[in-house]
Amino acid sequence: MIEGMTGVIAIYVFMLSAVAGYEVISRVPVILHTPLMSGSNFVHGIVVVGAMAALGMAQTPLEQALGFLAVLLGAGNAVGGYVVTERMLEMFKTSDKDKKQGAK
Amino acid sequence: MTLVIQFSYFAAALLFILGLKAMASPLTARKGIIWAGVGMVIATVATFFEPVIVGTTNYVLILLAIAIGGAFAYVTAKKVAMTDMPQMVAIYNGLGGGSAGLIAAVSLAKAQRELHTVAQDEAAAVAASHNLPMDAALRLVDAGSIGAWMGIDVAILALLGAVIGTVAFSGSVIAWAKLDGRMKRNKLVSGHQWVNIALAIATVLLGIWVFFAGTGWPIFLFFVAAFLVGIFVTTPIGGADMPVVISLLNALTGLAVGFKGYVLGNPALIIAGIVVGAAGMLLTHLMAKAMNRPITNVLFSGFGASPDAG
Repeated sequence: MIEGMTGVIAIYVFMLSAVAGYEVISRVPVILHTPLMSGSNFVHGIVVVGAMAALGMAQTPLEQALGFLAVLLGAGNAVGGYVVTERMLEMFKTSDKDKKQGAK
Repeated sequence: MTLVIQFSYFAAALLFILGLKAMASPLTARKGIIWAGVGMVIATVATFFEPVIVGTTNYVLILLAIAIGGAFAYVTAKKVAMTDMPQMVAIYNGLGGGSAGLIAAVSLAKAQRELHTVAQDEAAAVAASHNLPMDAALRLVDAGSIGAWMGIDVAILALLGAVIGTVAFSGSVIAWAKLDGRMKRNKLVSGHQWVNIALAIATVLLGIWVFFAGTGWPIFLFFVAAFLVGIFVTTPIGGADMPVVISLLNALTGLAVGFKGYVLGNPALIIAGIVVGAAGMLLTHLMAKAMNRPITNVLFSGFGASPDAG
């Protein structure tokens, strides 16, 4: 655990994050379900940052191999998630309602 | 410098929440993904200056992994047809889950190595003072368990995140294969539901074993069991229900990432992961409702009921 963030504070962060996540999308229209799923898929691509830290601390070849794979997959999550979401939301620019492929 | 890094993580977490908020409305959705993208770049760049990253080799490995993983994902995401998007979301989600599982594997391997070193040192001291051979001394010392070494809270969240991330990984791969038409089977063995239950119990027991053990190989079995759970639970689910399942797996990956944030002491991971976990759970519920099916129906209707469809 990092200095300055004890277990109890972390529980508060968990709780408030859960409430924020719930509130943020509580009124989403059906047409945005899939793009939003894709968008949140991109957001948990932040795992790449954790993977970088894990690989940075690695000291044995086994740890380096596991960490390398972790960063590789995490970067794939972030970049792929962004591009796919971007492409889905692209369809909302030209015309709003008549293109409904984004919803399915 | 550490303050700048911490503030970068704070900014990233804020941008993620605002970005998701914007993505929930058609008028602002495109802005939302760009904000979230800016947050991701800020967090990634800041991490390069993290003092925990040591050694030139590790820096080179990080850059190499980001370049390869990023380039591969960029090319595949640009190339894929618009109609094939759901399975691409599934596979990228699976990558995130796999990454969370691997972070847990690194933490557990590190704890195990440190325990081994402690045991070696103690055994050497015992061997010297009692004039014993080294292997006899090794049997006398007890360096303790992984759970005690990592700290009970950290170890539990590391193991939970490992299970959830690994299940999300293998489950997403199956979801992708089904939607992409590469997998037609709905059944792997007879008595599917019993195998599922047995695998789930085995995963929990192996997790407990890892917690109380100091040796390495239960860790390996633990990951194999979690991997199989993801495969066996996802296989019976039909293609039409897959988007709901992908959304659920997406929420699970979020949770796993949040738990990894606790293990690594990174608040940006906790906030982004748990926000996605909660939003994903709600979204899964909304998607199931839009299809007029309860989520339990989606997950368990295939159990043992349908014969091979292909």
